[in-house]
Amino acid sequence: MNQKHKTITDSVSRLISELSKLPGIGPKSAQRLAYYLLRASEEEAGNLAEAISAIKTNTRLCSVCYNIADDQKCPVCSSTTREPGIICVVEQPQDILALEHVGIFEGVYHVLHGAIAPSDGIGINNIRIKELIKRIENGKISEVIIATNPTTEGETTALYLYRLISPMGIHVTRLARGLPFGTELEYADDVTLCRALEGRQDF
Amino acid sequence: MSCPREYQTEAVIIRKMRLGEADRIITLYTPFYGKLQAVAKAVCKPKSKLSGHLELLAYSQVTLARGKKLDTIIGSQTINSFLPLRKDLNITSCGLYLAELVNLFTAEADNIDNHHLFYLLVNTLERLSQGANSHSCLRYFEIQLLEQAGYRPQLKVCSSCHTPLKPVINTFCPATGGIICPRCSFKETVSYSISVNGLKVFRLFQDCDMSTALRLKLTGELNTELEGLIRNYCYYILEREIKSCVWLDNLK
Ligand SMILES: [Zn+2]
Ligand SMILES: [Zn+2]
Repeated sequence: MNQKHKTITDSVSRLISELSKLPGIGPKSAQRLAYYLLRASEEEAGNLAEAISAIKTNTRLCSVCYNIADDQKCPVCSSTTREPGIICVVEQPQDILALEHVGIFEGVYHVLHGAIAPSDGIGINNIRIKELIKRIENGKISEVIIATNPTTEGETTALYLYRLISPMGIHVTRLARGLPFGTELEYADDVTLCRALEGRQDF
Repeated sequence: MSCPREYQTEAVIIRKMRLGEADRIITLYTPFYGKLQAVAKAVCKPKSKLSGHLELLAYSQVTLARGKKLDTIIGSQTINSFLPLRKDLNITSCGLYLAELVNLFTAEADNIDNHHLFYLLVNTLERLSQGANSHSCLRYFEIQLLEQAGYRPQLKVCSSCHTPLKPVINTFCPATGGIICPRCSFKETVSYSISVNGLKVFRLFQDCDMSTALRLKLTGELNTELEGLIRNYCYYILEREIKSCVWLDNLK
């Protein structure tokens, strides 16, 4: 294997090995991408390289919601059409992308950057819970929607946030959990089925 | 290539770790294979038929295919997901603590028939989700786990001079794995005092069944005493902290 890699130049094999570390990219795809870039114009390859280094040097976390931002505030927080009194709490910045893609939520977000995982030693001080509480104390918040993942860690986080926020007199809701679109009932697990029944709605 | 050999087992999911984007390495505790690690492919995709059946603390029937390094989970069906447990922060947290304890006290791929420990875990989760006194559940589980793992403390005679213990304040000493009498206690540097009632409950929980143990509603000082003793003993055995303890303390 090493012998084979030696037949291509060190710089190409370095690119292949870096690309294959990316999620969803196996060694074959990495090779294809590397040879594509080798043939691409200097400008095209340069743009890609520049875009990659820019996400590390130019981005930071939004000072309000801890989403990824280019400036002090992320696009959502700096928008004038969003309702700042409704906060949707998510685990990761990419969850915002998914929700924004749907395009029906008009409030703002708060990114925790993780979920409580006791046996991994991830507790309240390792994710951005304090920041959320401060935000609620200092602003006119009417509703907090908890949109953590429907996993044991996500649920633990949701239950803890509910315990913390609800005594502050704020309406706390949880994203409805039901059957995923395109799946079959017989394969659903008990927790999902139970929640889907509890959260049933009129037509 | 020959067909992979498949096998089925009951299991409780005690740990989940990321493997790339959507795959997970799942740690299963099983009655007859002991602790197993297996890969679950694409479990976090919404259409995965496995996902909910492989959530932490789920008690499921799992089908695995043998692999070169790790086996792969190819099917799973929930036996009990302990529904009430999932709606209560304290009980979920207790459950996660039990799972971590089992993970820390067992070795991987030991292929050990340890159905006693397996059903202890399942029954404790069940009783917790039925609303049993969580202190009694946890202390009984810990004491029985120590028993199963081969760390049963000596509670009848002084583990230094071997004379029967008197109903006075004695000392629990992790290094000797038992109680030492007041006359011998000066010899040990790391030790913790244990009250007469503390010792009584400890002895009872070593030898009684779960229903008997849960009839005793452990509260207040007595629970705090036993919790502290057992935690120190576990720390001595494992030589590391039990991470979920921090979280349990947080919720108090
Ligand atoms: Zn923002
Ligand atoms: Zn003695």
